[in-house]
Amino acid sequence: MSTIASPAAHPIAAAAHPLRQPIAQLYKVTRRYGKVTALDGFSLELYPGEVVALLGPNGAGKTTAVRLLLGLLSPHAGQVRVLGGDPREDLTRTRMGAMLQVSRVPEMLRVREHIDLFRSYYSHPLPAAEIVRMAQLEGLENRLFGKLSGGQKQRVLFGLALCGNPDLVFLDEPTVGMDIESRRALWDRIRALSASGKAVLLTTHYLEEADMLASRIVVIRDGKDVAHGTPAQIKHQTGGRRIRCITRLDADWISTLPGVVTVAQDREALLIHTEAPEPVLRELFAADASLHGLEITSAGLEDAFLSITQSHAPNSQEVLQ
Amino acid sequence: MNAATATIARPPAPLGFGYYLRALLQETRYEFIGRMRLRAFSLSVIGFPVMFYALFGLMNGHTPYATYLVATYSCFGMIGACLFGIGVGVSHERMQGWLDLKMASPMPRWSYLVAKLVSCAAFALIIVTLLLALGLAFAGVHITVMQTLGLYGVTLAGAIPFSALGILIALLVPPNAAPAIINLIYLPMSFASGLWMPLKYMPHWLQNFAPVLPAYHYGQLALGIFGYAQPGPAATHWEALATFTCLMLGAAWWIFSRSETRA
Repeated sequence: MSTIASPAAHPIAAAAHPLRQPIAQLYKVTRRYGKVTALDGFSLELYPGEVVALLGPNGAGKTTAVRLLLGLLSPHAGQVRVLGGDPREDLTRTRMGAMLQVSRVPEMLRVREHIDLFRSYYSHPLPAAEIVRMAQLEGLENRLFGKLSGGQKQRVLFGLALCGNPDLVFLDEPTVGMDIESRRALWDRIRALSASGKAVLLTTHYLEEADMLASRIVVIRDGKDVAHGTPAQIKHQTGGRRIRCITRLDADWISTLPGVVTVAQDREALLIHTEAPEPVLRELFAADASLHGLEITSAGLEDAFLSITQSHAPNSQEVLQ
Repeated sequence: MNAATATIARPPAPLGFGYYLRALLQETRYEFIGRMRLRAFSLSVIGFPVMFYALFGLMNGHTPYATYLVATYSCFGMIGACLFGIGVGVSHERMQGWLDLKMASPMPRWSYLVAKLVSCAAFALIIVTLLLALGLAFAGVHITVMQTLGLYGVTLAGAIPFSALGILIALLVPPNAAPAIINLIYLPMSFASGLWMPLKYMPHWLQNFAPVLPAYHYGQLALGIFGYAQPGPAATHWEALATFTCLMLGAAWWIFSRSETRA
């Protein structure tokens, strides 16, 4: 039976996932801490060569998802598969690398020694010189970890994640404490990783970072996937534009116009968030000839993120109203 | 991106003995180097027993007490290295996320603790060697080669029970409080176990209480090498230390698995 059924099943599965098999997968995973449900039937798939950004407010379940994929936690329900195995097994972990938020790293070891130690955990590590180059640590090899700047420390942690030449890389808030220049440099390294076919799962609270790097964004709130898609799709979901203008008109009246989502005071001007700007503008011009300082921008990822996460929080909306 | 970083098809080869040996050696090496460079640790853990011996051992030079103190300060040094090295060390690395990062790598889990234990034992070797050098050179201590080897052996054996206690402390105590709590255990226990002065000079109730303490049995084993132990068979002391180790590891295991399901 099964030998007849399986050849027929395969082409369908392949057609559904033209990007090959997922390299990592959470399938309907539920994980609780005591009475708090951190993840609630959450599913996530990662494919080779893509950068997926996991976005969500604090306590949404981002870290729990990463810890499950790293094998640091066990799910209460559902399945975790990474590289065709269970991440709680050492052998599975030889093909992944992680950059986690570490508040303190042993400070009395030199950069080169930290790399040497992490290389010893893998049977086929990258050469140390290669790791130094990829994490841009040239010239810092003999520096004690405690003597590095915040950005340099993050780069060492990035380097440690690459020691085993992983196919799957987890980056938890990778650019915290970095200046703009080194942040952009790290973004280039992350893009290079995915260009070489590695899958990257990124959690970040810098929306710009997700926008710049991610091929796919998953927005998570209260342990559930509330939106996913490319950055453009996520932005499109809330659609709309932002109108900023200085006007004598009453904000309450503007909010009654068709298509207006929100109206807010921004210093001397009004900020009007709308699905379609043209009809709103016609009304505004007709009612106020003195309207000036007009700016129209498309809603950024930040607006999209706020509107997605807020629309799923009935409590906070009630408070606002 | 160049060829070295491109995804290479690798068979999931089972990890061999060589891999585990190398991982353990590297882990131990860097644990020891890191501890040694941490002056607050290395100076106090080596410095205190050696300084105490320089004061009290040399003061009582050319008496049996000089030899007595070589044995007991060796034990005192080993206990300190384990409690501070493992108790404080693991507590910090666990709370600060460093242990998580290591656990997310394929690092063999056991090598983390074994490396810490071996590193503590290395500190104890340094302490015993310095104490013997001081004793032989300045305090008129005369001991045989067999006694020297015996002292090294017994001292190193103490790494196991007191590392177990260190692990339990690391799981129970937050890193900021760990040094203070450890001093509250370490110093009174050492005193009450006769590691600073012979038990016969102490009040009776303390002499009766001492056998409850693991450091007492440890000290008795070391003193037994030189014939200064309380009367009784050495086997009971080994048994007491083995029981203590099992209790500590059992409690640590219970707490660890409870925190795993909750965390």
